[in-house]
Amino acid sequence: MGWLLNFFTSSIGRKIIMSLTGIFLILFLTVHLIGNLQLLIDDEGKAFNIYSDFMGNNTLIQIISKGNFFFIILHTIQGILLYFKNKSAKGSKYAVSPKNKTTWASKNMALLGTLVLAFILMHLGHFFYQFKFNAAAQAMASYDGVQIIDSYARVVEVLTDPIWLACYLLGLAVLAFHLSHGFGSAFQSLGLNHKKYTPIINFVGKAYSILIPLGFAIIPLYLFFTK
Amino acid sequence: MSGDINLTLKVWRQAGPKAKGKLESYKVVANEHMSFLEMLDVLNEQLISEKQEPITFEHDCREGICGSCSMVINGQPHGPQTGTTACQLHMRHYKDGETIVVEPFRATAFPVLKDLSVDRSAFDRVIQAGGYVSVNTGQAVDGNSIPIEKDLSLKAFDSATCIGCGACVAACPNGSAMLFTSAKVSHLGLLPQGKVEGVSRVKGMVAQMDKEGFGMCSNIGACEAECPKEISIDNIARMNREYTGAMLGSE
Repeated sequence: MGWLLNFFTSSIGRKIIMSLTGIFLILFLTVHLIGNLQLLIDDEGKAFNIYSDFMGNNTLIQIISKGNFFFIILHTIQGILLYFKNKSAKGSKYAVSPKNKTTWASKNMALLGTLVLAFILMHLGHFFYQFKFNAAAQAMASYDGVQIIDSYARVVEVLTDPIWLACYLLGLAVLAFHLSHGFGSAFQSLGLNHKKYTPIINFVGKAYSILIPLGFAIIPLYLFFTK
Repeated sequence: MSGDINLTLKVWRQAGPKAKGKLESYKVVANEHMSFLEMLDVLNEQLISEKQEPITFEHDCREGICGSCSMVINGQPHGPQTGTTACQLHMRHYKDGETIVVEPFRATAFPVLKDLSVDRSAFDRVIQAGGYVSVNTGQAVDGNSIPIEKDLSLKAFDSATCIGCGACVAACPNGSAMLFTSAKVSHLGLLPQGKVEGVSRVKGMVAQMDKEGFGMCSNIGACEAECPKEISIDNIARMNREYTGAMLGSE
């Protein structure tokens, strides 16, 4: 197995870990958004509560959820290692900073990643922690005689607070920048570069990095102004 | 003289590898027809006549093919002209009274030897680790005996134009040598003669590149933007593909 370890600790192998975990997390965002869009249904949260209960109790979903946590941690640790290795490989900086056609996001992925992580931790604190470890404090909803956690009530409680609303919108903006470089970069690191497909991948990446955070942002704004 | 311009140069002066360096200011009168290196020659003559230590900088062919010049001009390796080495950069691009900051290439794997001269032997060791094709001695093989698709030979030639100057490493915020290494991997690996040693080449060169302490590619694209030979980062994707195949697929 030495060859596998050699591969994943090489410069290219490390970038491939970043790519693969990144692509998984990109896919996760889509699923997460589709689920969350149920918050826009005007049914006092019935659809969202039933969906949340299913996501919280289905074995397969729970396995994927653990995988998701694992990939977030792996992406973070690898990102931190890359940051420090790259910093030491560069050594000292130039007296004049260069002006060339590079994007700000591409040079600040570590900073953006740290902010995204802070956003995720805040988000987990608001919902994951609350539902898993502090469920007693949560209101219950009853549908057809079955009692489940009223997740919708908690979502409304958090997102109608203007400070939290601002934090979420800011977090999503940071995520948009992180995705704007991360999406296309993941494919390039995997070596998936092609004259025909790379322009398409880059276009989809730019569209994705705008549409997904925008989709997420609609939810708190809608709840804030209607509830 | 007509076409003369007065310049203030801020040049990195460092007495030796261990010495602490700093930017020093000099006044120089250059002619717009001079190349950047000729302007430095004028400054050095001036320094010598004033009994000062001339500025050390590397140069050889002065026609943009040897890859010796290794200076960062106003934050850009080889200066502001795209697809141009420092020696081919002419003073007509500068205005009278301008201040120009000249620094050596910066990367941990390229330690400064003196002033603007850096030790780029790490690149030699990366080449030694696989950047070659093995050829039997004896009579030269007929040039046309191996058919090569025209498109492939053009791609290989584009990669082969890398002069190994190290501007990619200098431009990269991560001090990564991926553009250089991938250009060499592609140049040889695309051709049938080079495919034979393809697996051992990419494994060896990437391992040596990592050992030299170069950083890792974040796909920023600064290398491609600053490369005097306009080597594309498509090469990096190709190397990543080849490396992954070689590490996971070979027996």
